[in-house]
Amino acid sequence: MGEEVKKIMHVVRRPPHGTIYPYEGLEMVLIMAAYDQEISMAFIGDGLFCLLKDQDTTKLEIKGFMKTLGVLEDYDVEQIYVDSKSMAERGLTPDDFCIAVEVLEPDEMGQKMAEQDCIIPQ
Amino acid sequence: MLHIINKSPYCNGSFDMALRFALPGDPVLLIEDGIYAGRAKGCSAEKLANALSQHEFYALIADVEARGVKDLNEAVQVIDYDGFVELVEQHKVNTWL
Amino acid sequence: MKFGILLKEGPYNHQAADTAYQFVKAAMARGHEVEAVFLYNDGVYNVTNLASPPQDDRNIVQRWSELGDQGVEILSCIAASKRRGIADEVLSRNASITGLGVLTDIAIRVDRLMIFGD
Repeated sequence: MGEEVKKIMHVVRRPPHGTIYPYEGLEMVLIMAAYDQEISMAFIGDGLFCLLKDQDTTKLEIKGFMKTLGVLEDYDVEQIYVDSKSMAERGLTPDDFCIAVEVLEPDEMGQKMAEQDCIIPQ
Repeated sequence: MLHIINKSPYCNGSFDMALRFALPGDPVLLIEDGIYAGRAKGCSAEKLANALSQHEFYALIADVEARGVKDLNEAVQVIDYDGFVELVEQHKVNTWL
Repeated sequence: MKFGILLKEGPYNHQAADTAYQFVKAAMARGHEVEAVFLYNDGVYNVTNLASPPQDDRNIVQRWSELGDQGVEILSCIAASKRRGIADEVLSRNASITGLGVLTDIAIRVDRLMIFGD
């Protein structure tokens, strides 16, 4: 392995619980976060619903990932981006989210994506 | 950055999303069910026509032929797996699953 | 160039495993090194030796084993595998189970990590 730090972005475009993708995606993010690379997450489209406050999966008997989202900051995953257009389309605001996010305009998000070495859709 | 789309524009937002975030000049590759976004007919055709002013579009021939699609927009460049690899050599990749 | 593959769907249900395989073959034919195919999500079902597709169809599990003969590492994520009943005793030839840290190393090392899924 060289000294260079790679920029790896995980893109979440699916809503929570209907499929396992966002859940297993977060598991991947936490492991990668331990490797001193520049890890970011982008929430786009229905992926924004993964960030809603007060998700309670008790009755589903699914573990859920509210706690995992909460520890991202402790794992130094601090670049968490949300697409402004997806947010407006869904009638959401940052107050609806359980973690702090950076809202980006589509052109800004496009620029962030272009800077990545690797983009992993989750 | 090469944007890869594998879903029909009629059932999934991948096509719209890729175009929302693609920078001008970024190429777009249509594979699997994504090749339906390359057709010259249907209500998605206008979106494609507009996008063609900013992006080169490619479609994977194996997927086009497998689906019997014969009405691709003529500006969409048809490539094989070798051409797919060549595009990936030239560009970083953003796959829109 | 060095390539890595991340395959996120199982065989047959989605085209992802077929597209990934054709891409790997084409990349190798162009002289590239494909370091590994890493299986995640339902992708781990690509390496169960319990699969026996009809004779007149492609054998996707066997394809990965054959790529293993050519030096491509076929790696199944341990967390995703355990969840789905993929363990050493059902593992197909040339496949092995490993952690997401290995995927991270691959992502850091290769020139392109190609992702195939649904």
